[in-house]
Amino acid sequence: MSGPAGIPSAGVSEEELAHIAHLARLALDPREVPRLREELARILALVDEMNAIDTADLSPMAHPVETAQRLRRDEVGEEDRRELLQQGAPEVEDGLYLVPRVVD
Amino acid sequence: MDTSRWEAVIGLELHAQLATRSKIFSGAPTGYGAPPNRQACAVDLGLPGVLPVLNGTALSMAVKFGLAVGATVARHSVFARKNYFYPDLPKGYQISQYELPIVEGGAVHISTEGASRRVGITRAHLEEDAGKSVHDVVSGRSAIDLNRAGIPLLEIVSEPDMRSAAEAVAYMQEVHAIVRYLEICDGNMQEGSFRCDANVSVRRRGEHALGTRTELKNLNSFRFVERAIRHEIDRQIAVLESGGTVVQQTRHYDAERNDTRPLRDKEEANDYRYFPDPDLLPVEIDDAFVESIRSALPELPGDRRRRFVADYGLGLDEARLLTSDRHLANYFEATLGDEGADPRLAAHWVTGELGAHLNREGRDISASPVSPEMMQGLLRRLRDGTVSGPVAKEVLKAMWDGEGDADHVIEGRGLRQVNDDDALSRLVDDVLDAHPDQVSQFRSGRQKVLGYLVGQAMKASRGKANPQRVNALMRARLTE
Repeated sequence: MSGPAGIPSAGVSEEELAHIAHLARLALDPREVPRLREELARILALVDEMNAIDTADLSPMAHPVETAQRLRRDEVGEEDRRELLQQGAPEVEDGLYLVPRVVD
Repeated sequence: MDTSRWEAVIGLELHAQLATRSKIFSGAPTGYGAPPNRQACAVDLGLPGVLPVLNGTALSMAVKFGLAVGATVARHSVFARKNYFYPDLPKGYQISQYELPIVEGGAVHISTEGASRRVGITRAHLEEDAGKSVHDVVSGRSAIDLNRAGIPLLEIVSEPDMRSAAEAVAYMQEVHAIVRYLEICDGNMQEGSFRCDANVSVRRRGEHALGTRTELKNLNSFRFVERAIRHEIDRQIAVLESGGTVVQQTRHYDAERNDTRPLRDKEEANDYRYFPDPDLLPVEIDDAFVESIRSALPELPGDRRRRFVADYGLGLDEARLLTSDRHLANYFEATLGDEGADPRLAAHWVTGELGAHLNREGRDISASPVSPEMMQGLLRRLRDGTVSGPVAKEVLKAMWDGEGDADHVIEGRGLRQVNDDDALSRLVDDVLDAHPDQVSQFRSGRQKVLGYLVGQAMKASRGKANPQRVNALMRARLTE
C-alpha cells in the first residue's frame, strides 16, 4: 500500500483487498475486484502526491475545524428511554438486545 | 524444569473505570447494577446522527493520574477510532486515544521482599468502555447489555519492567492505591472497575532481546493475576525447554482450573486501523488547568507509607497495610490526636482487632461504627492502665455493638482495671485458699503452677485485675 513519504505505492493486491474487505466485514462480488483495485490505486496515487510534499515544518491537522474540543459538565442529562430505543431492535428479551450467538 | 536459567518479562495494561456520574461522551448515568439497557442512551448505542461530547471531569481525572505518577500531561491530545466488530460495540469502533494520548511517561515505585524497582509507565489514555455480552441466558443467541458502553476508562500501560508475578501484583496494587487515593476510581474489582491484562514473555537470563509474548486476559483479582502469570511463565519455560516456540496469542485465564487457553489469533485482532475521530476535536488544555489540578493532589500512598515508617516508627508491612486505603490511613492518623499518643499501639489496634471486626462484617473502614475518636478514647485507657489488653478487646466489641464510647463502656460494665493492692491482696488470698493443692505443689518446688494461680485470679476478677501486680503479690505470698 502507500509507502513512506516520496515512495510511490504499488496499488493494492488482490490479497490486500480481500483482507481490508474482511476487516470491514464487506462481502465483495469477485466481479467488483478489478474495478475496486483500480479505484483504490487512484486514491493511493493521490496519497503519494501528498506524501511527496515536505511537511517537516508543518504540524499535523487532526481536524479541519480550527477549534478545540468543548467539554461537557459531568451531569446526568439523559433519561431512560429503553422502550423507545428498543423499538428499532430486531430482537429483544428482558431488556437485552439479542444477536446471533458469538462465542469468545 | 530449571526455572533459574530463565527470566520473565512482564508488562501490564490496567483499565480503571473513572468515577464520573455520567458517561465519557454522553449524559447517561454510570451506576453499577442497573437493569439491562436502562443506562444506555442514543450516543452509547451509536445511533446515526448523535455527537459525542467529552466529559470534562473524566479529562481532569486522567490529568490527575498523570501528575500523580510524574508523567507528561499532553497539552494537545486526540481521540481516535479503534475499529473492530463485536456485538457489544454497536458503532463498530471504540473511541480511544492512539498517537497523542493525554498522559505519557511517568513511573511507579514498588518493593517486594526488600528489593525495590521502578516500573515505567508508557502512557495512559482515555477511552470508552464497551457493553457486555452474555452468552448463556437465551439459547442460540448472545444477549447484549449496553449500560457499560461509554463508561470512561483510563487505560494505563506499563513498560515491560516487571520480572516476576509478585512484582506484577505489587505494581498493580500500587496503581490501585493511587487511583483510589486520587478518588478517580472506586477500585472495585468484583464489579470490574479495575481490570488487568498482562503481557508475559520469558528469555534466557542475561539476554536482552525480548521473547515472544502472550497476553493474559480475565485477571479480575490480585490473586488471579499472580497465579495466572506464574502459571504462564512456567508454561512458556516448559515449551522452550522442550525445544518448542511460544506463539504470540491472547490467552484466557480459567481461575477454576488455574490454567490459560488461547483466545484468538492476535495478528488479526490487532489490525484496528486507528484514525482520528472526526466527531471529536483535539483536546487542548492549558497550564493553569494542569496547575489547578496539581495543587489539589493529595499525599500519595508511597509518600504516606514512607512517612508512617519514618515519623511513627511503624514496620513496612504495617505501614503498607495502613496506607493501602486512604480512608484507613486517615482513620489511623485521626486516632493520634492525644498528647503521648503511641502510633505503634494505635496501628496494632486499628489493623488488628478493629480490622478483624471490619473483615468479619465485610465493612469498609469508613463504615466502622467505632469512630476514630472512640478508638482514641480506648487507646488512652490502654496507655494509662485503666484497662488491660484483653479487657480492651471487650470494650472495643461493646463500642462496635453501639454501647457508646470507651469510658462509658468501662464504667457501665465495671471494667476498670484493679490496681489497688488491698483489693488485689484479698483476691490473691481467696484464690490461694481455694487451691491448697497447687499451693503445696509450688512450695515443694513446682514453680510453674504460679502461672495457673495467676490465671485463676485474673479469671476471678473477670480480667480486671492488674496482671503484673497480681503476679508480684502472689509470688510474695507464696514465698512468705
